[in-house]
Amino acid sequence: MTAAAASRDIAGPITHAADLADRYDVVVVGAGPAGLSAAVEASGRLAASGGSVLLLDENPSPGGQIYRAVTRRPRRPDDCLGADYWAGLPLADAFAASPAAYAPGATVWGVEPCGAGEGGAGKGHEPPLVGVSLGGAARRIAAGAVILASGAMERPMPVPGWTLPGVMTAGAAQIALKSADAVPAGRIVLAGCGPLLYLLAWQLLRAGAEIAAILDTADPGQRLAALRALPDFLRSPYVAKGLSLLAQVRRRVPVHGGIESLAIEGDGRAEHVLYRQRGRAGNIAAASIDADCVLLHQGVIPSTHLAAAAGCRIEWNAVQRAFQPATDDVGRSSVAGILVAGDGAGIGGAPHAAVAGRIAALAALADLGRLADADCRRALESLRRERARWRRGRAFLDRLYQPAAAFRAPRDPATIVCRCEEVTAGTLRKTVALGVPGPNQLKTFLRCGMGPCQGRLCAQTVTEIMAEERGVDPSAIGTYRLRSPVKPLRLSELAALPVPPDAVSAVTGEPPAKGPSESPADAR
Amino acid sequence: MFRRLHEPAEPVRFTFDGRPLTAAAGDTVAAALLAAGVREVRRSVVGGEPRAPYCLMGVCFDCLVTIDGVQNRQSCLTEVREGMEVRSQQGRRRLEGAE
Ligand code: FES
Repeated sequence: MTAAAASRDIAGPITHAADLADRYDVVVVGAGPAGLSAAVEASGRLAASGGSVLLLDENPSPGGQIYRAVTRRPRRPDDCLGADYWAGLPLADAFAASPAAYAPGATVWGVEPCGAGEGGAGKGHEPPLVGVSLGGAARRIAAGAVILASGAMERPMPVPGWTLPGVMTAGAAQIALKSADAVPAGRIVLAGCGPLLYLLAWQLLRAGAEIAAILDTADPGQRLAALRALPDFLRSPYVAKGLSLLAQVRRRVPVHGGIESLAIEGDGRAEHVLYRQRGRAGNIAAASIDADCVLLHQGVIPSTHLAAAAGCRIEWNAVQRAFQPATDDVGRSSVAGILVAGDGAGIGGAPHAAVAGRIAALAALADLGRLADADCRRALESLRRERARWRRGRAFLDRLYQPAAAFRAPRDPATIVCRCEEVTAGTLRKTVALGVPGPNQLKTFLRCGMGPCQGRLCAQTVTEIMAEERGVDPSAIGTYRLRSPVKPLRLSELAALPVPPDAVSAVTGEPPAKGPSESPADAR
Repeated sequence: MFRRLHEPAEPVRFTFDGRPLTAAAGDTVAAALLAAGVREVRRSVVGGEPRAPYCLMGVCFDCLVTIDGVQNRQSCLTEVREGMEVRSQQGRRRLEGAE
């Protein structure tokens, strides 16, 4: 164990909501590269003045998805994950050595901006409240500033049969490999497009897994669009590594390009993948391949639930083809006191996210008056240069791997779009044709997006289908409106929530009690 | 339907629908189930179709199981513990009341 990890053990992570303070200067949500570096930067700069920083994270150990389990995984000389994964360790160690408080296994279910209507007018900027469940109890804590670093999720890839057991996202297989040292047994078929699909293939091969084929759905039509960004990409840090990885995978696995449609079939589980492939001469051939496990991937998109429910303005990124919170150059959202950093603000990759986290931390401290303007400017100057380096080449990748329309808005009417409520593409298209105004009304009519995942896995597809049916840009369609809690709360957790004095008096008829509001959790 | 590359250094025992299984310390319940050969963890609420963990990162909610009597736990976000009782969930969510 490193010295840093040892010092973390003394303070220990916070495991129960009651052990959180009422207020922190900065609350960071998410312990991936952006969140870790934001917490390190903020807590380091606040240390001298006794400021406080809290990092809340859903997972049991730091790293986010990209550096998942990096502090726990035994580092064997022949490790299959590669150097880019282990680059997360120094970051996690720096966090462990920092004075920031850390609460793993925490579910952040809401961020409420600036207690409007409470605390009286004329007070100006009220701190945001962060709603969190930890150790079986829910709690609201105040924050001078909130930095959302909730990262990315995989872009949904709705194809027939994608709900069958044995079908997972490529990211899921990567998480199983990182955190449980496990690979799919039997024949694996990878389907989709983008660099992460090939990275996973490379890692699985090194781990000794059996990849039967890669079905590459990349849209050849995007090549021309990407061409303009090629010179920039050629100067980027991604080129050499990316090309060698691709070559290594192609040497060992049959890669079928030009895939125009996919369907997974089987009796209660994935057994084979049917696909249609466009040949060089433009001919279309249908084929089938046996598979025990099918891993789908077509890029990643920002996880925007928390920001959206907090009221942050959400905008459409046409190049990345996804919604993201609108942010300024340093990560400030449209809501005072809430910043967004890393892939959650637009996809830039892990090293980019680590720089963005530091930038957002500096901005948050400057806004709080805890960092002199001159110091902030000086620090930002070099960080901006570093960020520019990691942004180089991104536009090329974004354009080249923009998924084909058929995989964004499924053609086959029986394909499930909303996995929770089992709403199909056909039903959605028919209902759109009836003149439903937007995704929120579709939700009301069809329960699409009303299941436990709260639309996380169908929102993108619903927008794409609606835009296609109407012949308009997705920005004109928008996406689901969201409210907190963005994660389901259990009754027992709600029971521990502080009740505002007004609500109590409304029920009991007694005038509100004087003094600070008490809660079961606070009173402990 | 997953296999481990190395034997777990610290095995943890738990049950799934009463069946004794072994996990590695630090596993999430979802990863432990997959590595123990479990294919299906629940039935979908509308069509009653078999489902298994899909994203392993807290997004899809297809990994919902009952853990130590508490329904609808996201097994991909819950760490497995010695003696844990995990049960599959069948069909419609019971908390939703009459319909
Ligand atoms: S597997 Fe997707 S939420 Fe757990």
